[in-house]
Amino acid sequence: MVCAWNSSWGNKGVSMKNSVEVKNISFSYGKTEILNDLSLDIKEGEFMVLLGPSGCGKTTLLNCIAGLLDLTEGQIWIEDDNVTWKEPKDRHIGMVFQSYALYPSMTVEKNLSFGLRMMGTAKKIIDDKIEKAANLLQINELLKRKPSQLSGGQRQRVAIGRALVRDAKVFLFDEPLSNLDAKLRAELRYEIKKLHRDLSNTMIYVTHDQIEAMTLADRISVMKDGLIQQLDTPKQIYNKPANLFVAGFIGSPSMNFLNAKFDKSNQNIIVGTKQIDISKYENINNMINDQKVVFGIRPENINIEKNENSIQCKVELVEPMGADTLVWTSIEGTPISIRLEGSSNYNLNDEINISFDINRSSIFDSKSEERI
Amino acid sequence: MNINSNNFQPNGPRPKHLTIGRIGIYCFIFMCALFFLMPLYVMIVTSLKDMDEIRSGNLLYIPKVLSFYAWPKAWSEACTGFVCEGLKPGLINSIKITVPSVIVSVSLGAINGYALAFWRFKGAYFFFGLCLFGAFIPYQVMVYPLLKIESAIGIYSSLPGIILVHTIFGMPILTLIFRNFYASLPIDLFKAARIDGGNFIKIFFYVIIPMSTPITIVAVILQVTGIWNDFLLGLVFAGRDNQPMTVQLNNIVQVDYGVAEYNVDMAATILTSLVPLFVYFISGRWFVRGIAAGAIKG
Repeated sequence: MVCAWNSSWGNKGVSMKNSVEVKNISFSYGKTEILNDLSLDIKEGEFMVLLGPSGCGKTTLLNCIAGLLDLTEGQIWIEDDNVTWKEPKDRHIGMVFQSYALYPSMTVEKNLSFGLRMMGTAKKIIDDKIEKAANLLQINELLKRKPSQLSGGQRQRVAIGRALVRDAKVFLFDEPLSNLDAKLRAELRYEIKKLHRDLSNTMIYVTHDQIEAMTLADRISVMKDGLIQQLDTPKQIYNKPANLFVAGFIGSPSMNFLNAKFDKSNQNIIVGTKQIDISKYENINNMINDQKVVFGIRPENINIEKNENSIQCKVELVEPMGADTLVWTSIEGTPISIRLEGSSNYNLNDEINISFDINRSSIFDSKSEERI
Repeated sequence: MNINSNNFQPNGPRPKHLTIGRIGIYCFIFMCALFFLMPLYVMIVTSLKDMDEIRSGNLLYIPKVLSFYAWPKAWSEACTGFVCEGLKPGLINSIKITVPSVIVSVSLGAINGYALAFWRFKGAYFFFGLCLFGAFIPYQVMVYPLLKIESAIGIYSSLPGIILVHTIFGMPILTLIFRNFYASLPIDLFKAARIDGGNFIKIFFYVIIPMSTPITIVAVILQVTGIWNDFLLGLVFAGRDNQPMTVQLNNIVQVDYGVAEYNVDMAATILTSLVPLFVYFISGRWFVRGIAAGAIKG
């Protein structure tokens, strides 16, 4: 298991030492409880992504780690230091915000040096650090400008530079790319990943964008209603979602779900009048006869082929997306999407036979919504 | 089909910009301006007439003979009670009261607003509600208790006494407008400044004040005009030696003996109101911009 993680991290300097430890924290706004008894360990040099829909408490958790919100209960440790009641400036962190949060009255240079000036760092050291950060982020040309004269992408580079200059041990990102257009987002995503490769600092990154989460993370923590639903590598989260929520949230187009009943004697599940053979499913022995389940299958794990297990249905909609083509059909009234190669050619009302790659499917108990 | 650039013409005549409705609006605006300018006109022409001409009635006529003697008299000779030095000492007193009062009250209001907007302490909303309430209490109610307090601590009837009173009465509205302005700034800026190592004072000076220009101008205008035009507080709290211009003006106008010199009264009134008028003229643009920046709304 550990080996698998290491290979998927792929960067240097990931040790087994914890950089940030969140211990049983709770947080509430007045009577509304946002986080309840949440714990999370983040390893040194790890890129941790907190992913979830809005209102799931991921930004609150980040603000608690940064010290911008006071916990109701629990402890935060950063670099073997209990920082629970320490000021944000004493936590060795740098933070990048969605709204950039550049000081509008200062030039880029002054923005970058603000933290160091507040600490009373010598002018020479400040200049060196600014030059280094500016080179790394390619913002040398912009140093004399005011934030209002920069584009969104440039502003976010400066905001990242501000965290770089402070020699932060831990970088916190609060949806840094959400205000940018799609093209810039992809560009900066690439640069953030490169930055992490080169610096190997611990990074905690909050986003609701699953593509960002999948591409950047060493590990993703999927959150909902202030609880961590699953904490694992992107691969594991995509292929073996722990519950129905994670399965539905990760992946675009999202996973297909069919309500079904397990028939133990025939080793298959029954969807209305159709039967699907699941004898190859890894945890089939954990299922009991007549158990109500939800059968989940990703669009790319459905094949159009005729065999003894295939189900016949009709093409109802075709969405060409360039690299892929998405074909929509339905089984017993439930819409099913199938991801095919871009070159494949299907038309409305074509009769097709589909079969499922059971090895790659996920089956959930319909009551507990947990993976079986 | 014949595609020719000559064919791309709009259909029909260009719509007229000057319509009947528009003329009506201009007429209405013009009448309003006349209505509000009328008193000023009467004041100016009266101050330029001599007493014989004023006594003959005809309030709206322009002066037959221009006489300027009322102006220097109002400035340096008119009697305010027993002394006859005109408004001149009042102007100095008004400046001595207004300048420190404005500086102290605006600074404190800004700090209060900053604390309320960014450093949310327990009961901040209650405190904000109190401020809102305080802004609507007629200050006459508090004159007597304040007088007792000031005489108990020994600053009643002095310059510090009147400055303190103006600062206290300016606090609710100033706190309110500064808080609302700061609440409209992105909270992330404040968070970033905290991570960058700012404390309460440093963030205020380095990050918040440089962004406060529009709202500070609004606050200064409010306070300058308010304090300059104040009569009651100046009369009660300033003491005999520090009476502001408005109190002196009242003493000139309200004569118990001799003849009422209307031309001198008018000249004195115009002189007294010159400062707020001047402030509005030079800062009107900023005032509007400050209000638009989220100042007095909400």
